[in-house]
Amino acid sequence: MTCGGIDIGSRFIKYAVIRGSDNISFAKVETGHDPLSACQRLLERERPEKLVATGYGRHLLEVQSDVRTITEIKAVAKGVKALFPGCRTIIDIGGQDTKVIRLDPDGRVENFEMNDRCAAGTGRFLEIMAKALGYDIGEFGAACGDGPNGIKINSLCTVFAESEVIGLISKGSDRRMIARAIHDSIVQKVIPLIQRVGSLDEIVFVGGCAMNACLRQMFEGRLRKRIYVSENPFIHAAYGAALYAQCEG
Amino acid sequence: MAKDYTAMWKDLEIRLDAHSGLLGVLTDAYTNIYLSQKNRPEGMKYFDFVISEVHGLRIEELLTAKKEGRKVIGTFCVYVPEELILAIDGISIGLCAGAEVGSDEAEKFIPRNTCALIKAFMGFKLAGLCPYVQTADLIVGETTCDGKKKAYEIFDEITKGKMYIMEVPNMKGPDGRVLWKNEVARLAEKLESLSGKGISLEKLKEASRIVNEKRKALQRLSAVRSHDPAPISGLDALLINQVAFYDDPIRFTAQVNELCDELEKRAERGIGVAEKGMPRILVSGSPMAIPNWKLHAIIEGSGAVVVGEESCVGERNFSALLDGRFASVEEGFEKIAERYMSIHCACFTPNAERMDDIRDLSKRLNADGIIHYALQFCTPYMIEAFKAKKTADALALPFLRIETDYSMEDFGQLKTRIEAFIEMIREKRRA
Repeated sequence: MTCGGIDIGSRFIKYAVIRGSDNISFAKVETGHDPLSACQRLLERERPEKLVATGYGRHLLEVQSDVRTITEIKAVAKGVKALFPGCRTIIDIGGQDTKVIRLDPDGRVENFEMNDRCAAGTGRFLEIMAKALGYDIGEFGAACGDGPNGIKINSLCTVFAESEVIGLISKGSDRRMIARAIHDSIVQKVIPLIQRVGSLDEIVFVGGCAMNACLRQMFEGRLRKRIYVSENPFIHAAYGAALYAQCEG
Repeated sequence: MAKDYTAMWKDLEIRLDAHSGLLGVLTDAYTNIYLSQKNRPEGMKYFDFVISEVHGLRIEELLTAKKEGRKVIGTFCVYVPEELILAIDGISIGLCAGAEVGSDEAEKFIPRNTCALIKAFMGFKLAGLCPYVQTADLIVGETTCDGKKKAYEIFDEITKGKMYIMEVPNMKGPDGRVLWKNEVARLAEKLESLSGKGISLEKLKEASRIVNEKRKALQRLSAVRSHDPAPISGLDALLINQVAFYDDPIRFTAQVNELCDELEKRAERGIGVAEKGMPRILVSGSPMAIPNWKLHAIIEGSGAVVVGEESCVGERNFSALLDGRFASVEEGFEKIAERYMSIHCACFTPNAERMDDIRDLSKRLNADGIIHYALQFCTPYMIEAFKAKKTADALALPFLRIETDYSMEDFGQLKTRIEAFIEMIREKRRA
């Protein structure tokens, strides 16, 4: 039997299909302005026998084609638990949401926190700042300067933080140190969510931002704990939805 | 609305175009959120009618009463003693403050980061959309938060001197109680001079009885919600609690009691609006002024049912009765002062009693989880969420903290959080 999970995020749509016991295929496309068509194109490639949708746009599919849905919080929990059986805390930084999820020993969601209605501290923030500094998002983490940093981004809001960055550029500040300050400001926003949820080991970092090694190192430094990242940090919610389809869909 | 009220609104200086737009939005929202619900009790028909006439028939009633020499008193808070208003034959009306209306106008006077409720009461007036403010002879404000008390200063200018402020103390110690008792007497004096009618013992007793009967009816409604399956939706119960602030109290009480007869029968027969075993949510926090139905609509659209509101538009409005055994007007004022000091608003410090209320309500209503609701920038409730979470933890109840306003921009985010919260409750049960 084939079971699929489709995760309709704010920036990307991720699609995982499980065949048999361990054959997993994965695809990722930009969400764009017409997510439904993007979903349909993905599904045309391979339509599984059971399908579960998750992510910000999950209800789109529920309404259009009667697909079952679960939230990305539950989906990510399932997906991470399957790949990291010892996981108790998930840091998930996606395009527009940051979530910190605590799992019980059996992998059930025990508590979670999400950023409040604002894109600061999310992937979108990182993208906008990378652009302001003239970096490609893929190289942004590696571009961060080392050592003590005299620069601090204070603004709570993406728009104001961008003006702050532009101000720093015009003052002639080192671009690599501004980059570091930006990463630091994201970590600053996420740490209270981690503290509120009451994190337990092992901690797994997922979502697009987990591709960024600088963020991961900063979290490790602040939490003084090892943080695990999988090879494909985009896959977990889609994979978790596919697993859910497999057992209950 | 059955009748054309254009002339009446024009007289009240309502901006007709914008107002008909507002009523259109309200009617659509009500149709989508309320009339689409399944298995609604018959008794809700009255409240549907009241909503359909919210700016029509009720305003006409107020204007007729004014012609008979009665005074209309606008309020924003459950600390304003309704007994005193009724004792001078006045009419107590909770003013419009539950929709994102006229924010741009309001922001000319107050900062952008002011809570939605304050912005709304300013906005409704400034945009010329609230016939109740226009009808009011006096508006009684209170010092329950910094935002309100400063905004009232400006509102007094805008309404050309209609504001009257009661000082609510910050602490419930002996000094605070003395101050509050004096404030109750001072409001009574103000109302007497406004109406030219003295408050007699007989009038005060009668007023106290009317308000207590209303509270008892609302308590009855609250009690029947403890049944599983819930005999009435949280949305409908919220609506009734909102209507409690502006409907005629005697008629309202009769209608709520009639509805409760029906709901109690439903409960006996095991008939409900939700399936038996559906996750039951207690909502706790900031008030939800009419037509703020956002949170309840999301919760009940996500497969759970709201069974109670630990809120000013909810339990805090009716859970305490007034002790009606007083032998003089003076003693009556004392009893009134005592009764209103037993409301557990986050504006007080300390406020441990609110945590007791959350605990007792969760148990009585068999709640499976608590959603703490704070209006953004409503600092007292935003901060008290911390203690509410500790209370929930002690009961091993899942807890979700929400900060939001009246806009729909965070609808998707809230839906995700609330759905995940409900999934969490379901999984916890299965474990």
